[in-house]
Amino acid sequence: MRMKRRPRIIAALATVSLITACSGNDDGDGGAEGDAAGYPEQNITIVVPFSAGGPTDTVTRMIADPMAAALGGKIVVRNVEGAGGTVGAGDVARAEPDGYTVLMHHIGMSTAPALYKDLGYRPLEDFATVGLVTEVPMTVVARQDFAPATFQDLVTHVKANAGTVTLANAGIGAASHLCGLLFQAAAGVKLQEVPYQGTGPALTDLVGGQVDFMCDQTTNTSGQITAKKIKAYAVTTPQRVQSLPDVPTTAEAGMPQLAVSVWHGLYVPADTPPEIVEKLSGALKTALADQAVIDQMAKLGTAPVTAADATPDAHRAHLEEQLTTWQKIISDAGVQPS
Amino acid sequence: MDLLDNLLLGFSTALLIENVLYCFLGVLLGTAVGVLPGIGPTATVAMLLPITFNFEPVTALIMLAGIYYGAQYGGSTTAILINLPGESSAAVTALDGHEMARQGRAGPALAAAAVGSFFAGTVATVVLAVAAPPLAGVALRFGPAEYFSLVLFGLIVSIALARGSALKALAMIALGVLLGTVGQDIYTGTPRYVFGQRELYGGIDFVSVAVGMFGIAEILRNLENERTRVSLPASVTGLWPTAEDRRRIVGPILRGTGLGAALGILPGGGHVLASFTSYAVEKRISRRQDEFGHGAIEGVAGPESANNAAAQTSFIPLLTLGLPAHPVMALMVGAFIVHGITPGPNVINDEPALFWGLIASMWIGNVLLVLLNLPLIGIWVRMLRIPYQVLFPMIILFAAVGTYSLNFNAYDVYAIAFFGLLGYVLIKCGCEPAPLLLGFVLGPLLEENLRRALIISRGDPSVFLTRPISAVLLLLAAAALVITVLPAIRERRDTVFTEEE
Repeated sequence: MRMKRRPRIIAALATVSLITACSGNDDGDGGAEGDAAGYPEQNITIVVPFSAGGPTDTVTRMIADPMAAALGGKIVVRNVEGAGGTVGAGDVARAEPDGYTVLMHHIGMSTAPALYKDLGYRPLEDFATVGLVTEVPMTVVARQDFAPATFQDLVTHVKANAGTVTLANAGIGAASHLCGLLFQAAAGVKLQEVPYQGTGPALTDLVGGQVDFMCDQTTNTSGQITAKKIKAYAVTTPQRVQSLPDVPTTAEAGMPQLAVSVWHGLYVPADTPPEIVEKLSGALKTALADQAVIDQMAKLGTAPVTAADATPDAHRAHLEEQLTTWQKIISDAGVQPS
Repeated sequence: MDLLDNLLLGFSTALLIENVLYCFLGVLLGTAVGVLPGIGPTATVAMLLPITFNFEPVTALIMLAGIYYGAQYGGSTTAILINLPGESSAAVTALDGHEMARQGRAGPALAAAAVGSFFAGTVATVVLAVAAPPLAGVALRFGPAEYFSLVLFGLIVSIALARGSALKALAMIALGVLLGTVGQDIYTGTPRYVFGQRELYGGIDFVSVAVGMFGIAEILRNLENERTRVSLPASVTGLWPTAEDRRRIVGPILRGTGLGAALGILPGGGHVLASFTSYAVEKRISRRQDEFGHGAIEGVAGPESANNAAAQTSFIPLLTLGLPAHPVMALMVGAFIVHGITPGPNVINDEPALFWGLIASMWIGNVLLVLLNLPLIGIWVRMLRIPYQVLFPMIILFAAVGTYSLNFNAYDVYAIAFFGLLGYVLIKCGCEPAPLLLGFVLGPLLEENLRRALIISRGDPSVFLTRPISAVLLLLAAAALVITVLPAIRERRDTVFTEEE
């Protein structure tokens, strides 16, 4: 095992230098457009509209290799950050519909129209859905010395102290922001929100006791929860999370309306030939059934979606439902699109 | 003796042949990406992360960490040789380092940077080993109010970065702060100064500004008078620091190490301040203030040491609390998770071999870096003999490719052209790019923490004075301001900081 690693890393280094040197060349000017039979004939780029190392990026890199193997081609992951994922999504919406530019996006795909004016793309019209990938659970957490002991106490406490309690989030449009909106709507209370630039700094201030509570992805919170640096009140999924067996679900704690998970899906530009979409969707299903992918996702506190959900139709239906849901939550919360 | 046992465990892990090999690979790669402008450690670590999924966790982290601090090391090289800084810390090194190169003293400048970095890296690693957990506790006491006061203090102290008039320096800081506000406001989502361009929503990238204002503007200035232009250094006088140089860099290295180690611990941006503050301190206490900006070796040794010390101690919040201080650290959190280790306060107890192995590997990595870099100095210096008409298109090409590779965004390439022109015009007006860059880096931090502190306090500004750490920092800032504007000192400033040329 150990001996085998060296050639791999050298090959990888060569790839890195190639990617950095020729990254302008793999844009795919549509040379193979419409030629579904021979697909893929060149590198496929999966655009991640968030920073490298974030949960979405990690999920993408996990499935990229097995998908490439299933397709018999190469996949390059490219991070195009900015404006809550809308810059990268806009890039893909305008890309050649030849199947060589793919987008990995999360729940933000369904919230962007309510959060941004002049989005520059329409989620349903400008994209074809390929399939859902995974749903990451979220946790409601607070600084260790925050008074409420249980989730019910928390709801009572924030209602009574709405003027002083602070609710942190990782920025406008971030999953933690959406979960916070949903919490306020479900509890019928308006709290002072404290936005941060990303989950890292928000969690730092939560551990440091500078802010009171927040709701964020299990991926980010479970380490601090098990180390008792912050306390967890509830998880936002129908089932308890394996890595946090003692934390009740929001339904158990009496707030079933607070059901949210950070779902991820793959997209291609709208006019991509259906046969190519099918090929990508098939490769996605193969990747999600890969034991290594299942194991790595389990370490993130999540799991691949079922084979039935990793299809264009199931994904599209979910996107439509989520667009309607979030439009209402966001406008009810009085958040103005910018 | 617990510490000895732990270090023994650490070294026995880090000295495994496989770990030494990947440590070397990491620092080598880090040096390479540090030398190339634009392609930074974040992109490199992101690309290599999936490969490390198959490694032992400790091996993976040793290599990724090596890339990070190796890049801090390598970043100074291009800053000194061709005035092309790739990170905010390297911009400070460029101030005097590149002046030294123009005077034919690139060798001593590179050597001072390497030796300073080595010393700082080694000492900071000891700090990490001895005091990581208690120091992490201190870092958590820093909330938004404390960071605001710290950044304000840093901003005032760093007016010393300017070598011309203080008024122009202030104007440049203000312009930098304004440029830093471009993009979406994080509190309301309101786009500011984006002119309808979605590419600007994420703000202007630091590398575009630095490469444009320093590198491209410098090329324009060099090209304006082709006949009389002295090709970079006509002669290279000595590769190694003289006895005089060696004497002069001892103090700056010691002070830089202390400053950097302390600031690096703060996860909310302390490491950004390290090299700026060190430069300001060295200039303030030097008896040769007039040499700063004209090739003072102290201005290279101090900031480089501070930067490297901060690079090492910025691992403290990550390793002891699981809280990342830097995008590269965030990637390493991802590496922890993929290997089934939940980053957080338990790592030090649950995975002692990993924790201490990583720390020991940093010491080994620093030794490897100095062994790697000292022999390279001769080669780098020889590079400067390349005729300028060949060298400058290469610099522009590397700058454009590197900047594009940041986000694959053509806007970043247009930005270096824009900032190159702007930088040239500003140089012509006697304004300098360093204070602008400082405002650009610190302005957003200042605004973010000011507003966050006020949001949490419900608009009550007294938090800045009632929180003790914040109050002390504000007092220091006020003192620094008084010293700067005191008429007597002001007079001396004016005679000492006469305009260049």
